Amino acid sequence: MAGLLQQPGYEEERLQRMSELLPCREIQAGMLLSIMGQPEQYCYPSLFIFGHRSSGKSYVIDVLLKELELPHASVSCVECVSATLLFEKVLLSFFGVDAASLLPRSPSLSDFVRIYKQHSSQFPAKQTRYIIMEKAELLRDAEANLLPALLRLQELVEDNVTVILLSEIVWDTFRPNTGCFEPLLLHFPDYSKGELQQVLSRDRHPSYSAEFYSSYINILLGVFYSVCRDLRELRHLAALNFPKFCEPLEAGKVKETDTHKLWKNIEPHLKKAMQTVYLREVSSLQWEHMQQMEEQETGALRGLSAHTHVELPYYSKFLLIAAYLASYNPARTDKRFFLKHHGKIRKTNFLKKNEKTSNHLLGPKPFPLDRLLAIFYSVVDSRVAPTASIFSQISSLVTLQLLVQVSHSDQLDAPKYKCAVSLDFISAISRTVNFDIVKYLYDFL
Amino acid sequence: MESGCRSDLHLPLSYEPHYGGIVVDFEDDIIWVRADPVVCVQQCFPKLRSGPKVGSQNIKSCHIMSKRKVQNAHLPIGECISQVHQTLRERFCHQRLPERPEGVEAQHKHLEELLRRTAVHGESNSVLIVGPRGAGKTTLLKCVLRELSKESEVQKNLLQVHLNGLLQTDDRIALKEITRQLHLENVVGDKVFGSFAENLAFLLDALKKGDRSSSRPVLFVLDEFDLFAHHKNQTLLYNLFDVSQSAQAPVAVVGLTCRLDVLELLEKRVKSRFSHRQIHLLSSLTFPQYVDRVRAHLSLPDDFPDRKFAQEWSASVKTLCEDKSAVEVLQRHFNSSKDFRSLHMLLTLCLSRVSVTKPAIRPADLLDASRLCLADTKASMLHGLSILELCLIIAMKHLNDVYGGEPFNLQMVHNEFKKFLQRKSSSMYNFEQPVIMKAFEHLQQLELIRPVEGSAAKTQREYQLMRLMLDHSQIMEALQKYPQCPTDVKQWAMSAFA
Repeated sequence: MAGLLQQPGYEEERLQRMSELLPCREIQAGMLLSIMGQPEQYCYPSLFIFGHRSSGKSYVIDVLLKELELPHASVSCVECVSATLLFEKVLLSFFGVDAASLLPRSPSLSDFVRIYKQHSSQFPAKQTRYIIMEKAELLRDAEANLLPALLRLQELVEDNVTVILLSEIVWDTFRPNTGCFEPLLLHFPDYSKGELQQVLSRDRHPSYSAEFYSSYINILLGVFYSVCRDLRELRHLAALNFPKFCEPLEAGKVKETDTHKLWKNIEPHLKKAMQTVYLREVSSLQWEHMQQMEEQETGALRGLSAHTHVELPYYSKFLLIAAYLASYNPARTDKRFFLKHHGKIRKTNFLKKNEKTSNHLLGPKPFPLDRLLAIFYSVVDSRVAPTASIFSQISSLVTLQLLVQVSHSDQLDAPKYKCAVSLDFISAISRTVNFDIVKYLYDFL
Repeated sequence: MESGCRSDLHLPLSYEPHYGGIVVDFEDDIIWVRADPVVCVQQCFPKLRSGPKVGSQNIKSCHIMSKRKVQNAHLPIGECISQVHQTLRERFCHQRLPERPEGVEAQHKHLEELLRRTAVHGESNSVLIVGPRGAGKTTLLKCVLRELSKESEVQKNLLQVHLNGLLQTDDRIALKEITRQLHLENVVGDKVFGSFAENLAFLLDALKKGDRSSSRPVLFVLDEFDLFAHHKNQTLLYNLFDVSQSAQAPVAVVGLTCRLDVLELLEKRVKSRFSHRQIHLLSSLTFPQYVDRVRAHLSLPDDFPDRKFAQEWSASVKTLCEDKSAVEVLQRHFNSSKDFRSLHMLLTLCLSRVSVTKPAIRPADLLDASRLCLADTKASMLHGLSILELCLIIAMKHLNDVYGGEPFNLQMVHNEFKKFLQRKSSSMYNFEQPVIMKAFEHLQQLELIRPVEGSAAKTQREYQLMRLMLDHSQIMEALQKYPQCPTDVKQWAMSAFA
């Protein structure tokens, strides 16, 4: 597809080399290049490039500016926690150290523009200067005047400069209340399945044939494509699972062409990988170890989320159980569950399920401290005195984030709490103290 | 002839042999270079010297060309194109000033009269220029200032101070900037000394000492005027307007703003000192005028080097403006906005398609550019989602339909999705809860769903209430365009109440 990148003012061979570096992105690169124009011509003051994660936004820009050796400053908004760092970086990459050192201690935008103007009049731009802002969505949280000023920087500093914003989020959420200079919007579309295959097949293993690797990629995409279209993630998974795919070949059981057998071998393995590596349950290093150890069944290692068992004191366990019951049961059913002689309650009235949605769908409800203690005393068998230790256990459950205090934290009388643990967790806890929690839950009656 | 020579030049508008040197006519001022032609070309265009193909031949051709310009020679097509790019890009991207601002003759006259009175007769004035974004406020002011600065009396008399609400975010910074731009005594080099109070007293003193007859008038231009009204106590505005009301040094305060209610933002004491003179730039453009403007913006200047190419170009622009599909596109843009900037954006996109192989703008280019401008950005983001994420969005749409736009959490969405899976026999989409949560979080990252309240730490992730930021029609449209969308998913989305 070489030849799509054509733009006068640049060397032919560089463009040629670039188009080899940018597989499946020639159209976008060509369009960007044609908007940028020849190096000494003016470019549109600000461009906004959006597209999904790892759709090659920063890569394309990076390759374009580096290969064509255009003056540019690339800034990641994650790194630049304050505007000072941003100004420093821009001045440093355009005018060198002495310009950056001129900035006062906490510079305003006005200082930045003044120093920029001063230097750009000394060294006028022979070529368009580019400022690339990655993760531009973070600019919205910065000072209110930063984004509008960056968008019209060309006008403010009176220099041939273009600001390129890269983001995953659409432009509509960026626009300030009073409006701003509208940037030119460019969309980087997602890679299609064929394009993903093409890009992923490029980094094949040298000791195997291209068709072999490409068939492997095909199988990989078949499993993961419906969940994940992130090129980076897929590439990582491809690199991780390739040794397993080659295993029967190494052992001499099958030939390279025997795709079906290879597929049979790898498919359950990939399915397991989706539940473990894809969710970062098992780290990539552990996964590699597991592949090497034949005897150990994949996935037998407990992942991060399996370590939910927490050792708690006896009363804390009951406090947590009581909190769970208080959160997920409506208060009017407490009498029925926890009072020994609760009198007559009509069964039909009690079990009115006209509210179809269960509490486990809506999430935990807040409850006052009194109710927690009342349920606690009724579920715990022995007599417990309301000592300071009980109350301090409640507050330490809050610091462990097993409970959440809903009301304001300095409220001493009648604070409200919510239970923040899952059903699995609480059933595990109640099993250790021989308490059948499901019997007491309204949803499961 | 090789094109490397001409396209490397900076801002070459015209050059003629003059006193054995060349005159390079830049935008405003003229730089005279008196030297041997060869040396001077090298001085002016250092790129030539460093380029690989430097030789006497290159420079000679440059020199010859400057002579040939008089005879109206034909340049090779590549150079013509790069000239066109140069000229039009400066117009669209750099907001180069036009010869005369279009359609605002009355306002132009009013403002010019006002500023002349300040500059020549020493009258103090204040005025606000109000208009929507891209209506040409700055262009109008700059045009007026350009014309005034042609008069020698004004040129040596008038001092200008330009402030911008975006840059000068508080009065302290603004005051330093004023002191710097007026080159007052406490300025050394580029630095300003003294505290805020000192600066203010100093500045006021300097302004007060002056009187109408002797001191030089000062023009204050406040861009983004509404932002200055948010400063604490509006000290700067109060002082500026106060000086303009009393018999002190003559000042003119010109504010540029896009807010119509800007006077409501001013404090009472500030408002009473303002002259209440407003110039409104509200576009009263009709569609034929809009098309005329497009033609004017695309036309090449009279001093374009290659006369023949310029003629061809203007003919092609003329046919473009008469083409039926192109007019349709322009009508659509006219209906959405009338300002210069959105037009410039459209024309920049058109211009970027002009190349040596395609030396004219065709209606198809205009159509493509317009499609790019008006594309629905959210729909194009939906296109890149995975099947699982799309299914979650459909489930959210159903929840919205059933519960009338009430917020939802992940559990409800998953429940809805499970209902869909139960009705279907195949277990193709049987994903575990964590995988679904990962997809849900990705949607949140893309801001297609947004939490109802900000306290993310207080609730578990699966119970956090969310709202869908998409329209019913957007989802359906995205579904139609989605590549290889499974039929059952499509069916599920179509069914009104799942």
